[in-house]
Amino acid sequence: MIPELGHYALVLALVVALVQSVIPLWGAARRDPAMMEVGRTAAYCQFVALALAFGALTYAHVVSDFSVLNVVENSHTDKPMLYKVAGVWGNHEGSLVLWVFILALFGAMVAAFGRNLPASLRARVLAVQGMIGVGFLWFMVATSNPFTRVDPAPLNGHDLNPLLQDPGLAFHPPFLYLGYVGFSLCFSFAAGALLEGRVDAAWARWVRPWALIAWSSLTLGIAMGSWWSYYTLGWGGWWFWDPVENASLMPWLAGTALLHSAIVVEKRDTLKSWTILLAIVTFTLSLMGTFLVRSGVLTSVHAFASDPARGVFILALLVVATGGGLLLYALRAPILKAGGLFAPISREGGLVLNNLLLSTACATVFLGTLYPLFMDAVGGGKISIGPPFFNATFVPLMVPVVAVMAMGPLLSWKRADLAGVLGRLKIAALVGVVAALAALWLAGTKPVLAVLALGLAGWAVMGAVVDVADRIRLFRMPLGDSLSRARHLPRGAWGTAIAHAGLGVAVAGMVGTSAWTTEAIQVLHIGQAVDVAGYSFRLDSVAEAPGPNYTARRAVLTVTHQGDFVATLAPEQRFYPVTRMTTTGAAIHTNFFSDLYAVVGEPAPDGTGYNTRFYRHPLVPWIWVGSILMMTGGLASLSDRRLRVGVPLKRAAPRAAATVPPAPAE
Amino acid sequence: MRRLMFLIPLVLFLGLAGWFAVRLKQIDRGDTPDHLPSVMIDKPVPAFDLPPLVEGQPGVAAKDLGPSAGESGKVRLVNFWASWCAPCRSEHPILMRLAGQGVDIRGIDYKDKAADGQAILARDGNPYAAVARDESGRTAIDFGVYGVPETYVIDRQGRIRYRQVGPITPQDLQNRILPLINELSK
Repeated sequence: MIPELGHYALVLALVVALVQSVIPLWGAARRDPAMMEVGRTAAYCQFVALALAFGALTYAHVVSDFSVLNVVENSHTDKPMLYKVAGVWGNHEGSLVLWVFILALFGAMVAAFGRNLPASLRARVLAVQGMIGVGFLWFMVATSNPFTRVDPAPLNGHDLNPLLQDPGLAFHPPFLYLGYVGFSLCFSFAAGALLEGRVDAAWARWVRPWALIAWSSLTLGIAMGSWWSYYTLGWGGWWFWDPVENASLMPWLAGTALLHSAIVVEKRDTLKSWTILLAIVTFTLSLMGTFLVRSGVLTSVHAFASDPARGVFILALLVVATGGGLLLYALRAPILKAGGLFAPISREGGLVLNNLLLSTACATVFLGTLYPLFMDAVGGGKISIGPPFFNATFVPLMVPVVAVMAMGPLLSWKRADLAGVLGRLKIAALVGVVAALAALWLAGTKPVLAVLALGLAGWAVMGAVVDVADRIRLFRMPLGDSLSRARHLPRGAWGTAIAHAGLGVAVAGMVGTSAWTTEAIQVLHIGQAVDVAGYSFRLDSVAEAPGPNYTARRAVLTVTHQGDFVATLAPEQRFYPVTRMTTTGAAIHTNFFSDLYAVVGEPAPDGTGYNTRFYRHPLVPWIWVGSILMMTGGLASLSDRRLRVGVPLKRAAPRAAATVPPAPAE
Repeated sequence: MRRLMFLIPLVLFLGLAGWFAVRLKQIDRGDTPDHLPSVMIDKPVPAFDLPPLVEGQPGVAAKDLGPSAGESGKVRLVNFWASWCAPCRSEHPILMRLAGQGVDIRGIDYKDKAADGQAILARDGNPYAAVARDESGRTAIDFGVYGVPETYVIDRQGRIRYRQVGPITPQDLQNRILPLINELSK
């Protein structure tokens, strides 16, 4: 009964979405307030209907209702509860339910918090949001019903892919979808603004919170995915340039560019049509990720069971959404008036450079991801483009991004004094040099580029510190006054500094582990030890250990450093009998500056020892610390009074508290 | 003129979408991105002679594939499988169906315990005209097997004509394997 209710709610949501996409749009054209108001009511209804559908599917998974095909294929009674819930979105149909649920959540949030939007813009945004909903709900109802029943019901299910039974991955999809779907709102706002024919500072202020929510969630989602591959794939790799990873990186890059160009629209009323285009492109890239993962066009380790029939449907969705958005752009963008002029060396100039570099980087990833497909289509044979391509193209583009990032917030609007800014960044340069020298001293000269990159990371982090110190006049006025300034500094400024510092920290982590990882791969017998980068790993024992739905072979290792005890590590190999798959659980000991990473694998062929792999990954935790800082920066910006969701903006009043001297807010 | 510039993104996007559509069409016809070509195509099967899985029954050898004394040869499939391989189980009903239609399938049980392989065939049914064990995986290497299941179509002259990586899906069967068997049998 409950699955049928869920199915009914899905169809109901489809019908409501149809209403939501037609009536408010019509109302906005006729300036009819009642018809425009339908948008909000429909958005609430759609949210309730989809919450019911999502709840129904979750319920079926939680109680292991094996009369539902989706549960049979992805669950098992022995599966721990966490993964019964995570299993809801660990498959094609269920993940779509989550997708549309988040879409409806965002729609309802616009309806609830968008009181300060002009009625016609709100109606148009909700209508476009409704259209996206129609597309996806139709897709689900037509090709991917999650509530299909099986009769007779089997006694037990096929279990979820063991690789997905992991805390890091359980919550990775929801955050990714919050990101992807969040950008749908930027798209809807762009389409709404094009329909209105007006893009101004207020528009940019309304879009920014949604872009920030989406960007922060996507940052966290990507970081979780990368953390997962780091500790489950068994050798400490954290990014593989796999098509599916790239599919999440591309919207992230475009979204980062969007966040920055929206600032220019808000403060200086220029770069409008570019920002609109970025909003459309960012959501297109999110949709394209969905298409690439589910259509079978590309091969990837992460791909969902693919089906060309579904591919055709998603492609049609993509064509209608993006094609429609871009057509609207071609028709309406030329009427947008350009605003203020600026000199090349200025805050605007810095943000334009940021946008140029990020979009080029995004285009590079796009080409690298699709090039094998293209070669195959023109008969060029099967080729694969691996990390060498991306390292040779993407990394050089990121170097100037990080280098300029430290300067950007210090530049003034319209026309800036570059020499003055560089003078203020002396300390950052010094820290960069110290970081490079420290790397040189700790790790030796090789590789030179990594030493320089670490210096760059130090420059970026310190640049963010200098930015804040500058704004609060640290050491240039009494400390108490500085602290009071810090308290009153707009959260947006804090957000910028935190996120920029976070990127610097993450870059240091990426460089450290890429350049200076030490590894040792050998067969060890019980009681034997091996040295890795000064640490001694001793294999104490290997024993069977039962798990809830797997059996594990757990090894115990003692790690010592110059005779002093450091840690006990317990890596395991898990065997999942239902799916007959083995997964690797690496054991990691971190001291924040480096990770000791151990995997104990199969018994060696002679039957007495075990294949073991030990690594020391310097700085690797910083990748995730940096990512979390970036996300925190995004959330801090989001809490800025100026944009806070739901806080009515008194546009007549000067920005925030008047006690703050007019320091630039971003 | 300025207006035309705003059309560029749309044109680029439509080009991309058109090309995606072409790719989907190709995939529908069976040309999937994980369809790996084999250097062994059109070459005679590598020399091998493997012992039977079940003691006393025939094994599989290179000389069984292709023409033998007195007859002109027959189109055959060589299927690499294992009891520990989950995709092989999903492929199994399709092999049973093929065998029911009179297709001659030779099975090679790859890196498996004989008892496990026998037990699975006893439980699920045996689609193979003959089934051998490749305990060392040596013959699989000679064929160029990436992983089980993998299936090769061998023509009447004993040459490899097609390689299927991964389980045979109903689409593969309809679009590629059955037409190829019919054509080669002419």
